[in-house]
Amino acid sequence: MFDSSSIIVGLEIGTSKICAVVGDMNADGALNIIGIGQAPARGVRKGEIVDAGAVEECVRDAIVQAETMADVEIRSVYLGVTGGHLRGFTNHGVHPVVSADREITQDDVDDVVKNAKSVNLPAENSVLHAIRQHFTVDGQSGVTNPVGMLGARLEVDVHVVHGNTNRIQNAVRAVKALQLEVDAVVFNGLAASLAVLTDEQKEMGTLVIDLGGGTTNYVVYAEGIIKHTGTIAVGGDHVSNDLAFGLKVPLGRAESLKIELGTAVVDPSSHGREVSFKPSASGFERLLNIEQLQMIMGARLEETFELIADDIDQAGLLNYLGGGVVLCGGGARIPHIADLAADTFGVQVSLGRTNCINGIKAALDHPEFATAIGLVRFGSLQQRKPKQVNPLAETFKSTLTQFFRR
Amino acid sequence: MNTNIPLSVRFFGVGNAGVNMLDRVVDRGFAGASCIAINTDASSLAASTAPEKINLESKAFAGMGTGGDPARGRELAEEMFGRIKSRCEGAQVVFIFAGLGGGAGSGAAPVLARAAKECGALVIGFVAMPFEFEGKRRQLAARRAQDALREFADGVVCWPNQKVFKLVDESTTVADTLRGANERIADGVAGLWRMLTQRGLLDVQFPDLCAVLRDSHQDAFFGSVEAIGESRAAVATEKLLAHPLLEGGEALSGANAILVNISAGANLTMAEVGKVMDAVNSRCGEAKVFVGASEDAGLGENLQITLVAARRGEALPEEPAPVRAVRPKSEATGQSGLHLDTEFLERQAMRRTRSRFVAPKPEMSADEVEKLAERTTRGRKAAKLRQAQLPLEIISKGRFEKSEPTVLHGQDLDVPTFVRRNMVFN
Repeated sequence: MFDSSSIIVGLEIGTSKICAVVGDMNADGALNIIGIGQAPARGVRKGEIVDAGAVEECVRDAIVQAETMADVEIRSVYLGVTGGHLRGFTNHGVHPVVSADREITQDDVDDVVKNAKSVNLPAENSVLHAIRQHFTVDGQSGVTNPVGMLGARLEVDVHVVHGNTNRIQNAVRAVKALQLEVDAVVFNGLAASLAVLTDEQKEMGTLVIDLGGGTTNYVVYAEGIIKHTGTIAVGGDHVSNDLAFGLKVPLGRAESLKIELGTAVVDPSSHGREVSFKPSASGFERLLNIEQLQMIMGARLEETFELIADDIDQAGLLNYLGGGVVLCGGGARIPHIADLAADTFGVQVSLGRTNCINGIKAALDHPEFATAIGLVRFGSLQQRKPKQVNPLAETFKSTLTQFFRR
Repeated sequence: MNTNIPLSVRFFGVGNAGVNMLDRVVDRGFAGASCIAINTDASSLAASTAPEKINLESKAFAGMGTGGDPARGRELAEEMFGRIKSRCEGAQVVFIFAGLGGGAGSGAAPVLARAAKECGALVIGFVAMPFEFEGKRRQLAARRAQDALREFADGVVCWPNQKVFKLVDESTTVADTLRGANERIADGVAGLWRMLTQRGLLDVQFPDLCAVLRDSHQDAFFGSVEAIGESRAAVATEKLLAHPLLEGGEALSGANAILVNISAGANLTMAEVGKVMDAVNSRCGEAKVFVGASEDAGLGENLQITLVAARRGEALPEEPAPVRAVRPKSEATGQSGLHLDTEFLERQAMRRTRSRFVAPKPEMSADEVEKLAERTTRGRKAAKLRQAQLPLEIISKGRFEKSEPTVLHGQDLDVPTFVRRNMVFN
């Protein structure tokens, strides 16, 4: 059978579904998706666990399904986390080069990165990712690898993603309760971007938005590196909740109406159109205005995009999106969502396709599997030797490993 | 400054409860009004601070009261009719305070109203309805007395004592509770007094008040609130809508005539009047609305709103406001599921024939009683919480009500976007 070391599993505990993806990395480092398992999630709200017991059951279902499909035994997973408590910000580190010949050594690089990582976090928070961006040597910016260069002053930017330690641990514990090891904890938005972006898009500057059930995660790439990350605890659940409140229907019915009739922009043909439906089995029939439904839905989605646009604008990155916007997650399935995003961001918008990996075609085409597949890709980048001149793997070197040695 | 309208006003307190209310009114010292206490109980009269007193002496009980019999109260009042009438002589407006359900108040108040009416005065009754725990008999007696009073009075304003429960918590003493209730009644009277006697910027006159109170109503409620500071209009409006007698503003939607008076010490702005009236108008549906605005130096920086709402009949006696408020809305939107708990009350309301006296309490099974008790406790909790949260937010958060709110740039993103953006759908 397979050598267990080449099996990489990504596990995403989402608000609407829990999804496990099994990838097989061959000797060349190429990745092949061989199994998928998913279960509707219970006990998760806004991307965070509120009922650990229910979550454990769902995770078990998804894992068992993935094991059966891939015909492997899963021992460890790369775990995706999200939630409103996650924050991303960029920190700057400076280090004077003190050696006599002014040559920058690996030690100098380590020092400046350490310097940039030492940020003041709230006591209850811990760092999830510290992603190294470009170096600056004596004012010369855009240096990717300064080792061996000459200079007096070495600077670096590090993008730090941090979150509440206990809340991250809740997800880890739910997985550990099933006798599974956690290789690393990864921010969902980061994972999704790994699955859907090509190197060219990263270079051109691209915004990836993962429209999940409970949260919306986004990552901005420019010049090949991660420039900005963010998460908003608003997702498809909010759309359903808005509809339930606005149309005065039960939540479950709102959910199905959203899938049946929802669009991101109001369809001109639905003006004045109505459908009759029964809110409950015993209730009497009611007429429902489709236009109103679409307006409520459109308002929420538009607001979500605007919030993201505001945040990116504040980071000064709105004009760097040459590669456009890529949408993934379940929300990418909403009709006309690309049109709405194109209106808000003013760039071309595409739906995320997992292009860079081989495997089960059915899985790769679904935008909602992007995060889980991205987790596998993250794992594959981690497992290649860091020194093997792979700047990407280097880039995603996580500081989280010590976080799990308990 | 405003000029006072010369108005000859008499305040009468009838019965023990009425005399207590009158005392509160006397404490406030309304210029130009005379206060007269009428009771069958000599000891209560002796304790009263009212300047004038009429003792309806009963030989049978040696001046100790009526024993809770309205018929005896009425008899005694009829005996003294001439004396009572002489006190009403020359008055333009007569306010009658009484606690209904007992002997003196229920019996004598209608007689007093008749006497005042015969003297050509306009008569307004302020009556307190008994607590539920006082029993069905008293409730029924109170209803009868209220109807009798209404025959002669130009308007009757009710204070259902039961609603006082919403104002108090577990640790409030009985004395404090009753004092608080009386204070609020006095507040309301003071508000009305100000409305009628001060020459207003937008004038409300006595006929307007009578138009609101007269006929076609089952109950009239009043509330008076004050606020101070920058956003005094908003604060006062909020307080008004949270007023227990107005059922959190829902009484407004069931009302068919509403009178609002806004007065401030100085600098009453049009925007403030507009703000208050917007809030009232948006809730009151098709009711006739009278607006008054006045300036009164005595208020200082305060803004005071006095509101009188009268409601058409055929409502249930206990919890009429929410039922009536909910029903038209639910028909309009075709909604059926949300208000299940009031449905059984509603059905009873429709089944009931139009009797002359509405029974005080619907026949209830044990679990229905429990349900009603739950409603009361909920109300009490809501009253405690009301400073912290607006009820609208609680409703609209749906499934996220219990989760940590997602607040970004000062906005709670769990509240539907279309609500925050005030989107209007045809």
